[in-house]
Amino acid sequence: MRSGLPRGLRGPQGVVTVLGAFALLLVIVLAPYVWGDAATATSVADRVQGPSAAHPFGTDDLGRDVLARVLIAARLSVLLALGATAVAVSGGIVLGVVATVLPCPLRRLVSAFIDILLSFPWLLLALFFSVIWGATASGAMLAVGFAGVPSIARLTYTLASSVTGRDFVRAARIVGVGPAGVILRHVIPNIAPPMLVNTAAYASTALLSFAGLSFLGLGVQAPGFDWGRLLREGIARIYVNPMAALGPGIAIVLTGLILNAIGSLTGESASKTPLRPRASKARARAGAGDPEVLVEVEDLRVSFPDRQGRLVERVRGVSLTIRPGETVGIVGASGSGKSVTAMAVAGLLGPEAAIDATRLSFQGIDMTAAPRAADRRRLGLELAVVFQDPLTSLNPSLTVGRQLTEVSRTHDGVPRAAARHRARDVLASVGIARPERRARQYPHELSGGMRQRAMIGMGLMGRPRLVIADEPTTALDVTVQRQVLRVLRDARRRTGSAILFISHDIALVSGFCDRVLVMKDGQIVEEVAAARLDEARHPYTRALVACVPHMGTDRTRPLPVIDESGGVAEEARA
Amino acid sequence: MAISPATPTGPTPAGPATGPDPARRGDRHALPRLSPRASFVLRRLGRALVSLAVVVVATFLVVHLVPGDPVRAALGPSATPELVERTRAELGLDQPAWRQFTGYLSGLLHGDLGVSLRSHRPVAATLADRFPTTLVLSLLAFLVAALGAVPIGVATAVAARGGRGRAAGAGVSWALSGLIAIPNFLLAVGLIALFGVTLNALPVAGWGGAAQAVLPVAALAVGPLAYLARIVHVEMLAVLETPYMTTARGKRLPARLLYLRHALPNMITAALTTGGLILTGLVAGTVLIEAVFVIPGLGSTIVSSITAKDYPMIQGVVLVYAVLVLGLNLLIDLVLATLDPRSSIMEG
Repeated sequence: MRSGLPRGLRGPQGVVTVLGAFALLLVIVLAPYVWGDAATATSVADRVQGPSAAHPFGTDDLGRDVLARVLIAARLSVLLALGATAVAVSGGIVLGVVATVLPCPLRRLVSAFIDILLSFPWLLLALFFSVIWGATASGAMLAVGFAGVPSIARLTYTLASSVTGRDFVRAARIVGVGPAGVILRHVIPNIAPPMLVNTAAYASTALLSFAGLSFLGLGVQAPGFDWGRLLREGIARIYVNPMAALGPGIAIVLTGLILNAIGSLTGESASKTPLRPRASKARARAGAGDPEVLVEVEDLRVSFPDRQGRLVERVRGVSLTIRPGETVGIVGASGSGKSVTAMAVAGLLGPEAAIDATRLSFQGIDMTAAPRAADRRRLGLELAVVFQDPLTSLNPSLTVGRQLTEVSRTHDGVPRAAARHRARDVLASVGIARPERRARQYPHELSGGMRQRAMIGMGLMGRPRLVIADEPTTALDVTVQRQVLRVLRDARRRTGSAILFISHDIALVSGFCDRVLVMKDGQIVEEVAAARLDEARHPYTRALVACVPHMGTDRTRPLPVIDESGGVAEEARA
Repeated sequence: MAISPATPTGPTPAGPATGPDPARRGDRHALPRLSPRASFVLRRLGRALVSLAVVVVATFLVVHLVPGDPVRAALGPSATPELVERTRAELGLDQPAWRQFTGYLSGLLHGDLGVSLRSHRPVAATLADRFPTTLVLSLLAFLVAALGAVPIGVATAVAARGGRGRAAGAGVSWALSGLIAIPNFLLAVGLIALFGVTLNALPVAGWGGAAQAVLPVAALAVGPLAYLARIVHVEMLAVLETPYMTTARGKRLPARLLYLRHALPNMITAALTTGGLILTGLVAGTVLIEAVFVIPGLGSTIVSSITAKDYPMIQGVVLVYAVLVLGLNLLIDLVLATLDPRSSIMEG
């Protein structure tokens, strides 16, 4: 249970709301005493005048001051709205709570009935009810109130159902507390705070609804007047004096805003300010670079804002190079910055990431800045990315075939039929049976392994010089993992593409890659040929290697874990 | 979402089912041999029929719920007792309740909604005159709202994510909130004061020409447009952060394809669900707008008949409004079922 009031009041919005509410309260209480004479004094000489110093909103057809009438109408308008709110809230709570404690078939019936009522807009419901109670102030109040019952009942039902499902209510039932006791002692106290918020919000709706009914002539009748009635009188003479119609309108909107603001103040106070993106400090020098080098990264630093908006450096000075056709692995625990490094190389970090690097280039293209059109085409064709979770990384609304063909169609200008043909061949080459049929399906119709192979196929639609595979097998089970690795290996052999392979599994990486980079806390701690991992010098690498279970591992002993310092702490079993 | 146990009952218009899809587990309540889509459509159809039954009963009952004597209330205190009795017999109110109800039902089935107490014209004829105006007004407003909201929502979301145009985005967001808070009939008054009175540029009353439609459609559309634009903005922001959008960016697609092909279809379900609510809200909103602009549609009919206590007319016009709302709800559901390949809405 939260009480956002004191916190919400501190902001400028809170101050304005409180001042507005106070002013509204003053007008409601005092207006009839202060402006009562001006609002009722008729004057034939002053009939239907436009705004003047004496009458800022002009006068009506009996020469009465419109501004005074608008101010006085505040009391009736707000009271009627509050009355309607009271009807809606009490009716809605009773219906909602009763529905909650009813036995199951009845409960579903009532709930379905509420849903049916909810499918009709409030105005239609209010009109229907005003047929019954007639075109009077009290009739309209009941009509607006009853029109609000379904939505309040639905809210109550949803809130109360979540309470009655909890353990302490079950426990109360078991010890013999009846339905009435459950409602009074457990349900009501728990749903009261959110209901309060919605009551304030509904008061605003009721005010506008009531103004609408009065405006239609179905609410307050002459000689009484609320804002809706004044609006109705004003619009008839709008060509003579527009302020007679605009005045009550402004009063309605302002009051509605105040009631709404009270609702949101009592509710959640202002949500946290969104993360502020920082421009990347690109001191990168784009240049021709070494043609023998595919990827050049020098002193890459990437920071992200944390919840308080402070920048936290997640990659701290990484340098690496990848040559054409090479397979490079990056291993490290989660949070070591390996994926961030890979995404920086791909140029796919979000706008919140602050990138800082002496050099960050792929084939001489500067990856810290937005690419030029020609570069974008090269990147689209020559740089492929395979992500960890193929389900969320494929677009659920597009067929698999469409997601493959668009690479060729967009960047290579291949006609549709030819692109489809190529997509079929590529899908077949990554080991997908019946590629023609699969291409017409949506991602959710494919298995996990098939999705990941389709994802790799997507990268092969171009002429990849580099495939960045970010934990491509982590979300898959072991047998499927092997198939996916085989597909990647075949793709490399066929296309001569380099691969940057990210994983937390050093065994997997050492079997797959030529060269392994070991990352820890945003830095590369060691670079070693995959075949010579056993000779690694850095204690963290040695620890990682030591953690891999093999055939000779003593299974009676606990598996080793890596302690804070990066060394292996072998826990002795008690 | 609770579905009445009475559904589905009617005849099954759906063709032979293709059998349950192995990739999806159909829910236990669905008929076993229907595809999820067909069972969804059937349930929604059943739900609409139940709602219709509730509406028919409610419109029948409304005359009986009026406190006192409805006939006397309708004819006024000056009517002679003979006239009151004759009218009572004409309305069938002297018969037992169940016979009244069966009479009402068979009238409905034959398209007979009774005769107006005021004009003595058949209610159905009046409604047939008025219905097209209200339908055209709501659909025009919906088109304006939908076509305006999507570009605004998408553009502000893209600007907000990119960091550039953040201030402009915040400004637009504020303006949208302001427009949502103004009810349509007050906006209409403002538009009349500005374009009708001050600028004298557009007609402010009546219905017929294109110029006469501008202000009513604008007054009706602006609030829903702002609301829908906010929904599109929020949904779009969520979509832009998804992994599949990173994949699409990885393909270096141009902005047009990125946002229109990859992002837009994924928020269409949410936008359409809201759009459906907006459409039914627009239908109701015509009541106030028709009153402001003096447009002879269903809205002015319902108001005048309530004021005049013309009960046969009230019953007819409420029924037409309700059928319109239910029909639109059903239509939106069917469109959703067709558009959403994952059929995520069909689980409810």
